[in-house]
Amino acid sequence: MSPLPIAQLQIQEPGGGDSCVARNGFCPEWIVDNIDRYWTPLLEHVYLTVAPVLIGFAISMALAIWAHRRRWLTGPIIAVSGVFFAIPSVAAFFLLQPITGLGYTTAMVALVSYTLLIIFRNITDGLRNVPAETRDAALGQGLTERQVLFRVELPMAVPEIMAGLRIATSTTVGLAALAVFAGAGGLGSEILVDKRFKSNVVVAGGLAVLLAAAFDLMILGLQRTMTPWRRARA
Amino acid sequence: MSDRPDRSSAQPLEFREATKRYPGTDTPAVDGLSLEVPAGEICVLVGPSGCGKTTAMRMVNRMIEITSGDILLGGRSVKDRKTAELRREIGYVIQHIGLFPHWTIGENIATVPKLQGWDKPRIDQRVVELLELIGLPPETRNRYPSQLSGGQRQRVGVARALAADPPVMLMDEPFGAIDPINRERLQNEFLRLQAELRKTIIFVTHDIDEAIKMGDRIAILQEGGKLAQYAPPAELLMYPASRFVEDFVGSDRALKRLALQRVRDIDLWTAAAIRTGTPVAEAREKIEEADVPYAMLVDEHGRPKGWLSDRALTGERVTEELRSPAQPLVELDDVLRDALADLLSSETRYGAVVDHKGALAGVLSLEVIQHFLHAAPAASPTGADLLSE
Repeated sequence: MSPLPIAQLQIQEPGGGDSCVARNGFCPEWIVDNIDRYWTPLLEHVYLTVAPVLIGFAISMALAIWAHRRRWLTGPIIAVSGVFFAIPSVAAFFLLQPITGLGYTTAMVALVSYTLLIIFRNITDGLRNVPAETRDAALGQGLTERQVLFRVELPMAVPEIMAGLRIATSTTVGLAALAVFAGAGGLGSEILVDKRFKSNVVVAGGLAVLLAAAFDLMILGLQRTMTPWRRARA
Repeated sequence: MSDRPDRSSAQPLEFREATKRYPGTDTPAVDGLSLEVPAGEICVLVGPSGCGKTTAMRMVNRMIEITSGDILLGGRSVKDRKTAELRREIGYVIQHIGLFPHWTIGENIATVPKLQGWDKPRIDQRVVELLELIGLPPETRNRYPSQLSGGQRQRVGVARALAADPPVMLMDEPFGAIDPINRERLQNEFLRLQAELRKTIIFVTHDIDEAIKMGDRIAILQEGGKLAQYAPPAELLMYPASRFVEDFVGSDRALKRLALQRVRDIDLWTAAAIRTGTPVAEAREKIEEADVPYAMLVDEHGRPKGWLSDRALTGERVTEELRSPAQPLVELDDVLRDALADLLSSETRYGAVVDHKGALAGVLSLEVIQHFLHAAPAASPTGADLLSE
């Protein structure tokens, strides 16, 4: 990737606060005038976060249910997803390009692989934390294994699963800022357009932080509505 | 209760050489267990830890598969049934209760009815009915298990097991995690409930006192899953079949038998009941006929006032001169163990026994109790009989 021309933004955007821009300060006027340019990267970033987390959640859930029936699978799954997790993200974005090319697919494959370890481990922990007597009571009353899993164990594991989703989402918002190296856009591309211009970096970076916070609150809210029993006290 | 349309009748349960052997172990966990539990009775499985009592119970609803032999529920082998279907027909209460924390009390109670596909109005009605049965207010149904006390949770556990009106219930140390005072209350409550419901129950405990209290019949198991003795409580206490049983029921088994009996159950001695002003000759005649050489002065309703002294019988007519008050005073409905305690803590040899109107009904003495303990039990009363009166 060729280095982008520096100070391109200043040239392209003649509007407001020239001296501030020239000094490379923090320029609210410039931000107000140029905020529109960030919407598309922001939406890309939302997509680059939501899609990998959802796909990662689906894969992790399937793996966790599989490993719940066959306990011996848990170790190998954690080992493999641990290897994915250990690959530096920028390296992954470049390494995948010969296979998946430049663009969304590459970013998606890498980002999904990072969520697996976090979400899988949390689902597995949640299922394991269901007390033995609860399982015993469920089976003893005539719930089938499948009913025990879907009506008792998974609902009881919701707090752990949601905790996993929160970590995975925050992590993915951060990693998606690097997806620009895979040619997938996002707020990272906007940072890279002029990484020396403070106002630009602050807005693009700030939006990423706000995005992470917003997702976190949304998942927390979802968790609370899903687990009214956790808040019920005598 | 009797107008409940969905009430199914209890069914007999039979262990037939039921054996559980885990692979890689020398001794079986349960070894050729054979016993019959008549419909509507509580059979307590009791024994030291590792005797296989819980294993034996769990074979009934096939939470543990039978290695050899069979268990028949209502004459039908449990091995021929689909496990989930079988379990829905067997009430299941365990020590840690295992309520589902993410479900309300109402949803917890409705577990099995929902699995059996009852419609909502019927489930709602049943939940309310069961909450009333276990003495919890109807609004409890909307609360979560974490909002209830241990005792309340245990009651809900029992209600949940009763929800689909199963003919058989399995109870594994159901009161084991409850403090002694509440345990006693829950035991009594449950026995009252059982007097109405008459379920066939397998009740597992390690506590011989609980076994004696709860059981119509007690199966004592010993290490290696062998049945040491299967008998009603009184018989077990009277005639322990082996040294093991004798040790297990404890050296105070005589006292335990007394805890199963009421004063009215034994042959009391008679005492002359004399009123003031009775001719002395007539009084002396009465004393001659009675078992006790002393006479009891009674009022016009026959209520004991005190033991007459010899001086009261020296004149023409009986005067009101007492040697000692009518203490201790024992009621016919008192449990024998308590009556014995009264007797031991008083200074007299005789305890006046009165009926529910307070009139003299007989005399209790240490000899009477001793005689009772050495005689064979005519009937075999159980803890439940004591409560139902």
